[in-house]
Amino acid sequence: MIHQYKNNGYNIVMDVCSGAVHVVDDLVYDIIALFEEKSEDEIVTALSKYKKEDVLEGISEVKALKEEGLLFTEDEYEEYVTDFKQRKTVVKALCLHIAHDCNLACKYCFAGEGEYNGDRSLMSIEVGKKAIDFLVANSGNRVNLEVDFFGGEPLMNFQVVKEIVAYGRSLEEKHNKKFRFTLTTNGMLLNDEVMEFANKEMSNVVLSIDGRKEVHDRMRPTPNGKGSYDIIIEKFKKMAELRNQTNYYVRGTFTHNNLDFSKDVLHLADLGFKQISVEPVVSLPEEPYALRKEDLPQLFEEYDTLAKEMIKRKKEGKGFNFFHFMIDLNQGPCVAKRLSGCGSGVEYLAVTPWGDLYPCHQFVGTEEFLMGNVFDGIKNTDIQSEFKLCNVYAKEACRNCFARFYCSGGCAANSYKFHGSILEPYEIGCELQKKRIECAIMLKAAMEE
Amino acid sequence: MKHIKTLTNKTLKNTMKNGGCGECQTSCQSACKTSCTVGNQSCENNK
Ligand code: SF4
Ligand code: SF4
Repeated sequence: MIHQYKNNGYNIVMDVCSGAVHVVDDLVYDIIALFEEKSEDEIVTALSKYKKEDVLEGISEVKALKEEGLLFTEDEYEEYVTDFKQRKTVVKALCLHIAHDCNLACKYCFAGEGEYNGDRSLMSIEVGKKAIDFLVANSGNRVNLEVDFFGGEPLMNFQVVKEIVAYGRSLEEKHNKKFRFTLTTNGMLLNDEVMEFANKEMSNVVLSIDGRKEVHDRMRPTPNGKGSYDIIIEKFKKMAELRNQTNYYVRGTFTHNNLDFSKDVLHLADLGFKQISVEPVVSLPEEPYALRKEDLPQLFEEYDTLAKEMIKRKKEGKGFNFFHFMIDLNQGPCVAKRLSGCGSGVEYLAVTPWGDLYPCHQFVGTEEFLMGNVFDGIKNTDIQSEFKLCNVYAKEACRNCFARFYCSGGCAANSYKFHGSILEPYEIGCELQKKRIECAIMLKAAMEE
Repeated sequence: MKHIKTLTNKTLKNTMKNGGCGECQTSCQSACKTSCTVGNQSCENNK
């Protein structure tokens, strides 16, 4: 399968199933579009605007790559991947909802403006330890285990975060495990003590900020309606510096209110941040800030603008990383990983403050997805089986999508949210995903020059 | 080649042999929390 597109002056040809990527001239671009349907003579006739010997030369180059298995390869992974995913039995990552409580009232919060429908609560150290025990016990011989401190706002329960980390570390040697902890925070309670701890113990830190002050303050107010930008910004800058501008992200959400989100990304870059992630909001159409189909053309343009600006800055020595444009063409993951989905409900689970297990952080609170708890383990194996079946080939929309080896079939939670089924991808998300992959590959082409 | 520049000739087929060890990062875990992206991750065995 071939996907070809033009972007920023580059003609890009992706051989989807082998993972090969080529940059070609106009001639070969046109040949490739005809190659499978037409005979050599027909191609020469159809491309009479080029010189005949050039066309023949182009065709022979295409043929050579085809023979090497770098063009027009077929997808032959279905059985392998389906089987691979079915056999998965280990849990290797947990998202701990350390606090179902928050000191901000963000409009797009998964948790209803941090209120958790009146059900605010904090994880106890007993539950936290049980969660770690559960992970160690269910991780087979996996060495690297990931634990994410998520919320609400995890720093509202910082003492327990510290104790869980200490407990995890105390088990590493005995069980031959390595914990990689991540902390997500809105920054309100970030102080020197927290920074020092996080820089010692956290492999990654996610700092929530949306970009420009007015954009940030509009969606991320304090409970009494004031903006939070001024409270957090200097702390985030300090944190990023203390981490040597690596192993962290400033992470924002863009919505219908700031379709010109490239400005927010650049705002963060201008402040000196080097690891930036700004992502589309996922919300149902009834929300005024939801992204709509009509927004797509503008959003595509924003991604293009951002990509071009990133090339420029990189060449000036002022480059930064944009999470959604990062792509590893040479050392990326194996095909099993690429096609078996995000791992929710199978190798990745979320834990509520009182110890219930859900397929991932976005399913928390949706009762029909309650899988069990950290005390008794996984009780509802039907849910697990359903998620085990969830791979690229189980989704009609993904089977023929050029993005499938990069996207892995999208987000099950988003699918469920929009379509009531984990197998039906969320279309706006897909359109944006495809655009980002095109930009990311174009960036690679530009950087090669 | 005159008309084609290959950016990567990594072929995914080869990763069927030794792939699937599962030591790599969980897809949603890093920053995002709202979408699945794997193309940007790296294989633990290449490190
Ligand atoms: S972009 Fe959408 S259709 Fe394509 S692989 Fe991802 S989820 Fe599936
Ligand atoms: S279902 Fe979506 S939100 Fe949940 S882990 Fe997968 S990609 Fe992430």
